[in-house]
Amino acid sequence: MIAHSIFFYTFSIIAVISAIMVTVSKNTVHSVFFLILDFISISCLFIMIGAEFLGMIMLIVYVGAVAVLFLFVVMMLNVAQQKNQWFASESSSGHIPVGLIISTIIFFELIIVIGGWKYKPDLFDINNSVNNFSVSNTHSLGQVLYTDYIHVFQLSGMILLVAMIGAIVLTFRKRTGVKTQSYLNQISRERSEGVEVLEVESNKGVKIDD
Amino acid sequence: MEYLNIVLQEVYRIVFLLIPVLVSVALIVWLDRRVWAFVQKRQGPNVVGPFGLLQSLADALKYIFKEIIIPSSSNKVIFILAPIVTMTLALISWAVIPFSATQVLADINVGILYLFAVSSLGVYGIIMGGWASNSKYPFLGAIRSAAQMVSYEVSIGVIIINVLLCVGSLNLNDIVIAQQNLWFIIPLFPMFVIFFISALAETNRPPFDLPEAEAELVAGYQTEYSGMMYAMFWLGEYANILLMCAMGSVLFLGGWLSPINIYPFTLVPGAIWLILKILLLFILFALVKAIVPRYRYDQLMRLGWKVFLPLSLTWVVLTASYLFYFNLLPVN
Repeated sequence: MIAHSIFFYTFSIIAVISAIMVTVSKNTVHSVFFLILDFISISCLFIMIGAEFLGMIMLIVYVGAVAVLFLFVVMMLNVAQQKNQWFASESSSGHIPVGLIISTIIFFELIIVIGGWKYKPDLFDINNSVNNFSVSNTHSLGQVLYTDYIHVFQLSGMILLVAMIGAIVLTFRKRTGVKTQSYLNQISRERSEGVEVLEVESNKGVKIDD
Repeated sequence: MEYLNIVLQEVYRIVFLLIPVLVSVALIVWLDRRVWAFVQKRQGPNVVGPFGLLQSLADALKYIFKEIIIPSSSNKVIFILAPIVTMTLALISWAVIPFSATQVLADINVGILYLFAVSSLGVYGIIMGGWASNSKYPFLGAIRSAAQMVSYEVSIGVIIINVLLCVGSLNLNDIVIAQQNLWFIIPLFPMFVIFFISALAETNRPPFDLPEAEAELVAGYQTEYSGMMYAMFWLGEYANILLMCAMGSVLFLGGWLSPINIYPFTLVPGAIWLILKILLLFILFALVKAIVPRYRYDQLMRLGWKVFLPLSLTWVVLTASYLFYFNLLPVN
């Protein structure tokens, strides 16, 4: 158990430190990399408490897909201009009080929410609960997700679908005057359209493309 | 003392997994070049050692003694980290590959998800290398590669769901044992073809090697790398290819199972069968490199999103309905 605790606290410390570094580091790309480190250490924590399926899904969804897109956007910034000039100049520091007020409000709201949380006593008694190791993580998740919570599950899928369609509608625009290749036209070309065999008379040549 | 013993035992097992993997990566580079050469009626590397087998060793020596140049305007930490990430990710995924019913480093419950997660992390090495180089060609290569790998991962994920529907477990050994009577390549043949093509795109192999298209991008994300750092990218890439071949043979070709389930064949250890299947898939990879011209980028994206994704999703529905109708669903 000692080794287990040592690993658990190591990953926790890495998670907390990298979360702090996400906000502190001046370089935006470094922030994203710290975010990725944070995700990875959190999925390690999931695995250490026995939720291996959640940990792997966390790795696949957040690190493998979401963070790649983050990085994609952030990388468009120039490497040389990576220094964040947010707090550097006098003129742009006018928003600091507003930001402080908002973050204080959110902080106290979180405290109120967490402090007033009513824990179900039987739900959190992990130490005395009898673990059923014959059923794997994935099976037990599926047994709850597709029976008791099927409506919530379907609803979250619908929300994601709506968000996806919304994003496509917002960014999709038909541009005119753009030359694009239609693969259908390209592969449906016949030899007779593309090649023509002509008798070329000497000293007269032949006229093409008129 | 007890902990030390366990740790030493694990280290011993890890080392004896990694050394064969690294040696086979070196040999597989040689095999790739030989196959490529034979298709083009050339000899290929045949000078160093018997049949040129030691060519990769000579190349590695050359890379080790070359100077490592770090561009002055690059982001140095990330620049150095990128090949390390590629190499590490390519090697850690071998932990879950089963070489026989008992010969597996980590027989975890979610083995296939672990493989999928690690292969989806592989894109970071490339993005980091391309961005940190702070130059145009590597950056373009990195952007191309990120888009390409994210797109093809989606279809690989859906194909894995197809296999999982037939198995009912995420454990790789269970997947292999489920194929005892019938390899999944027979009922899921279209999925195997799509998996093979997606694996080509996922590992940036020709005809999908757009991230490093020589004619357009010099060498893509590797342009600024030299010496051992370049070699690490290169080895990581081949280790990834081997891993994809191993994944294909575990998912579709029955892993360590012998092809014919009768007496003399079952004596051969499972590891040999797995290696033979990996080699077969790898030779297919090498042949594709030799005979197919490079894709155009928009066609690559169209193939991933408009052909493979709908096709594999439809196949999920078909597999699920077939299993449900004939009451074949693996319920435990």
